[in-house]
Amino acid sequence: MREVLLEARNLTKEFPAGRKKKVHAVTNVTIQILRGETLGLVGESGCGKSTLGRLLIGLLKPDSGQVLAGGEDVTRMSDRQFGKYRRQLQLIFQDPYSSLDPRMNVREIIAEPLRTWNVCRTKEELTDKVLELMEAVGVPGEYLYRYPHQFSGGQRQRIGIARALAADPELIVCDEPVSALDVPVQNQILNLLSELQESRGLTYLFISHDLSVVRHISDRVCVMFLGMICEVGEKEEVYQSPMHPYTRFLLNAILLPDPHHRHEEEHLLTGEIPSAVNVPSGCRFHTRCPYAAKRCLSEVPQLKDAGGRLVACHYPLKP
Amino acid sequence: MADNTLEIRNLNTSFFTQHGEVRAVNDVSLDVRRAQITGIVGESGCGKSMTARSVMGLVRYPGRIVSGRIRLDGKEITGLSKKEMCSLRGNELSMIFQEPMSSLNPVMKVGKQVEETLRIHQHVTKEEAARRTEEIFREVGISDARSRMACYPHQLSGGLRQRVMIAMAMICKPKLLIADEPTTALDVTVEAQILSLMKRLCEGGTSILLISHNLGVIAQVCDYVYVMYAGRIVEQADTCTLFDHPVHPYTRALLGAASSLRSGAARLETIPGGVPNLLHLPSGCSFSPRCEKCARQCQNEVPQMLPVSGEGHLARCYFANVPEE
Repeated sequence: MREVLLEARNLTKEFPAGRKKKVHAVTNVTIQILRGETLGLVGESGCGKSTLGRLLIGLLKPDSGQVLAGGEDVTRMSDRQFGKYRRQLQLIFQDPYSSLDPRMNVREIIAEPLRTWNVCRTKEELTDKVLELMEAVGVPGEYLYRYPHQFSGGQRQRIGIARALAADPELIVCDEPVSALDVPVQNQILNLLSELQESRGLTYLFISHDLSVVRHISDRVCVMFLGMICEVGEKEEVYQSPMHPYTRFLLNAILLPDPHHRHEEEHLLTGEIPSAVNVPSGCRFHTRCPYAAKRCLSEVPQLKDAGGRLVACHYPLKP
Repeated sequence: MADNTLEIRNLNTSFFTQHGEVRAVNDVSLDVRRAQITGIVGESGCGKSMTARSVMGLVRYPGRIVSGRIRLDGKEITGLSKKEMCSLRGNELSMIFQEPMSSLNPVMKVGKQVEETLRIHQHVTKEEAARRTEEIFREVGISDARSRMACYPHQLSGGLRQRVMIAMAMICKPKLLIADEPTTALDVTVEAQILSLMKRLCEGGTSILLISHNLGVIAQVCDYVYVMYAGRIVEQADTCTLFDHPVHPYTRALLGAASSLRSGAARLETIPGGVPNLLHLPSGCSFSPRCEKCARQCQNEVPQMLPVSGEGHLARCYFANVPEE
């Protein structure tokens, strides 16, 4: 059994949305991240995957539930205690255009976390460390004093990765890191992330709506729908024989770059995601689920072990 | 009636900036056949959206169409006055955009916005406009059409907003619908729904020009595909031929990159180097600096579109007909 790096227990986060209304962003989520793995987190927009990522690294405080790192509850730590953990948890953002300060050059951007953690004693040491990080992510050292607008999207994302690496973290939450990039560039960044994981022993929580990307990079996959986890399991098991109906529809909706395998309409999901303010009772997927029965309308399905993976469905599909 | 709803011949659109001329669309010729979905695929900045905007007459200063001809249903539309273009847009030619939020008026009910299009172009009564709007809402798959018409854009989900955009584009029964990345901002399950709606519209007789960077979208719905790179078309073929037998090194690399995601390979395929700066295009083939087959000829002269075995398959490469070893 591999070591658990970070564990969330019954995490719930709600955001106020006007009078007496709440957005149920994350509801009762329990999940483990194992050391050295890549856990893929997939779901459609608004399903709470980014909120969960932020809760796990302490950027948001949960309303209830715990985040355990090394047996300690991160959410109840004082800011000072938390600071120690903070360094081990870093984030890479989706939009390489807005996540870099346009008024800082590359050296300043990458040096900022190094300064925060007092990694270097002298200016020369700092510059050397920045250059080392730039080399690690494939940005030429001569661009040290350039500004973000002088780079392409792919290179900006590399700079963002270098900044995350600067704190020498254990876990990096990658929040849609390749969604804004063209396919060839996307592949370069994915290759880079794999290389870095191997050389530095990193653990990734990889958040994406792109199922093909998640399939490539992940070891385990977690599927979310409207703030709740539907299914968690080993990547190949989930992709080859999904047990939650939502997972199956999501996989059917993948657009294959192959004109000989076109969609058939009867395999597509109808309707849209229900509002996260007025969530459906019982199983939140029941309004779109063709297999929904009476029990699904009233009783919330719990995540249950189903032969090596966890599924939250009263009537899971046969693998 | 011509076979092609849209014919573009040798279109050049440039932006005249203080750094020089940016050739966004470079000698592009393409046809959109009647009642078919024709696709343009390429990376960001390759000129696919500017080609569409040139057709719509929506190229903004400092850009302009330098030369070339655009014919809609056999009728020349380059050189039309602003007023004439206005009566064409929304009527015979319409376009849907990537971001359905910013393309709708936030302070006007969506039903009114669609009716407005109809009333401007076809001078129908209010009642008639409302009736036809409700009809088109049903056609594009908006359930509960009447109550949705009274909604403001922010009350609708992304998928519904895009359906409203499609309804607005389709209400005057245009000859050509241009869809610029219509599903990029949508979720996968909704994306599949919108694409099947576009297929249905096409079966109903609408000719569609679909622009996308996503090879999956192109493979799923297009009949014929153009691949663009750095402002030029580099390969064109019917969809199956293009995906089965790509000949241009760029098309091959792009398809390789997309399919390696699914192959289970540890390392994904990429294309070495970066997209060239449109201000300083290489003198020969624009892909030559990144191409492994590059010969001296490729660096000196831009290749023409050469026919490849297989009907309607052309590629801008000197080695298009050289068999693989």
